[in-house]
Amino acid sequence: MKIEDLLKSPGEWVKADGPNSKIVMSSRVRFARNIREYPFPGWAKKTERQKLLEMIQPVVENLPEMADHFGDSMDNISAIYKQVLVERHLISREHAAKNVGSGVVINDRETISVMINEEDHLRMQAIKSGLQLKNIFKIIDKVDTELEEHLEFAFSPKLGYLTACPTNVGTAMRGSAMVHLPGMVLSDQINQVVQAVNKLGLAVRGLYGEGTEALGNVFQVSNQTTLGEKESEVIERLNKVILQIIEHEENARITLLEKKPKLVYDQIGRAYGILSNAHTISSKEALNLLSLVRMGVDLEIFPATARVSVDEMFILSQPAHVQKAAARKLTAEERDISRAELIRTQLAGISKPNLSDRPPLESDQVEPE
Amino acid sequence: MVCDICKKSEATVHLTQIVEGKMLKVDLCEACAKEKGVQEAAGFSLADLLVGLGAAEEIKGESPGAQCSVCGFTQADFKKTGRLGCSACWETFEVGLASLLKAMHKGDHHVGKVPAKAMHTLVLSGRIRELSDRLEKAVSEEKYEDAAQVRDEIRELEAKLKKAGSAVRSPE
Repeated sequence: MKIEDLLKSPGEWVKADGPNSKIVMSSRVRFARNIREYPFPGWAKKTERQKLLEMIQPVVENLPEMADHFGDSMDNISAIYKQVLVERHLISREHAAKNVGSGVVINDRETISVMINEEDHLRMQAIKSGLQLKNIFKIIDKVDTELEEHLEFAFSPKLGYLTACPTNVGTAMRGSAMVHLPGMVLSDQINQVVQAVNKLGLAVRGLYGEGTEALGNVFQVSNQTTLGEKESEVIERLNKVILQIIEHEENARITLLEKKPKLVYDQIGRAYGILSNAHTISSKEALNLLSLVRMGVDLEIFPATARVSVDEMFILSQPAHVQKAAARKLTAEERDISRAELIRTQLAGISKPNLSDRPPLESDQVEPE
Repeated sequence: MVCDICKKSEATVHLTQIVEGKMLKVDLCEACAKEKGVQEAAGFSLADLLVGLGAAEEIKGESPGAQCSVCGFTQADFKKTGRLGCSACWETFEVGLASLLKAMHKGDHHVGKVPAKAMHTLVLSGRIRELSDRLEKAVSEEKYEDAAQVRDEIRELEAKLKKAGSAVRSPE
């Protein structure tokens, strides 16, 4: 399969049809594995990396899960396509920087991807829409078991799977979920939640730049440790915490709607207004506003049919996707113009926010100045 | 404020993350932030980042000249990259890594999945240990016929173990 065919439509996880997908955008489980007696990719010579790639790639491509797949060496993939893969969470940013001696194999549904010679010889992941960590764990565990029949993995009875970085040794597993939490950000509860989750040994990632918000109100919750706990226990803990986060987010939204409905409607209405009228927009602004529209769909302010298109815009408005759509490299200004156009077109198919026929709430009354 | 990584450019990206109740802070310049992938909203860990910075200094108890006999990786290389050279490095730097692992993880030994091949090896080596004990006992009790039989069994298993390519190093 050619990369053009693979990337034609956004992968399965973007379709938001998984369990709890209103709040959990996707779940991912990743295993790191290394081949015995070969230096790790960061320390291996180019020829050794090439040899490893030649050894590993066909084994991965022959997996039953990979019946229809795209597989290639990183130096054969253009810069824009590499970035598209990053934006779809199919390869890491670090892997996108790799060239000769590194490779990637992805199934046609974009649910399983295997990076070869990233930081470890193999980084295999499964990703799906919504919260389904247990299911995803089973998928990638099976892939690992199948690979193990053909490859000799570095393993120590005491330390488990040996990895290049000490933070991954043991199960070498990282489970994560991308959660969309606009309610908690709007009600200023997000920091409390982040701290509580951290106390449970889980990490909440996101760019804490100027403000305290993550881009598009999307946070990634993942396990931090890999040694001393079984895979199933880690997945179970992660799952429990995320279910709690969902509950908190739902409560935050209900409370917001009860106490400050005008604030919520105003934010969603403005987001829709800007997105449907902008002629140039940065990806950061676009993501932050799309987040509010997405919440609007959850709150039935927009029709449920708008969900797929909003979730697609989350991905399609990112820099490499905008350039892929234009089929050429664009400057930052050109990207902002193309992005605005794409979003305007998509939003034209979504009717205006439906706020008029809501039953008037007591607190809807505007207080006299 | 200068960048924590290159120590040259002005830091414009400020990151804070609370991991296991400890606050980690890193200040980076635009270029280093980009290189480390922290401009991505999703997908980076400060802990990972810090391993490459100061945290690696925690590898104590190793002689500064320690070098992996398999891949030539040294202590200094680890300090620079926060990554090891090959799976044998885990043995070479075992002592120093132990304290680092203790600070990073919940436990000090693996309790999860075991590759089937390793399981086979583990079972074999466990059986050999068992038989060795029996051999010793038989010899001390002067049951030489039994001892000879056990010894043959051990030899057979050892050959099998060797054939299995010792997918794992024997347990400590």
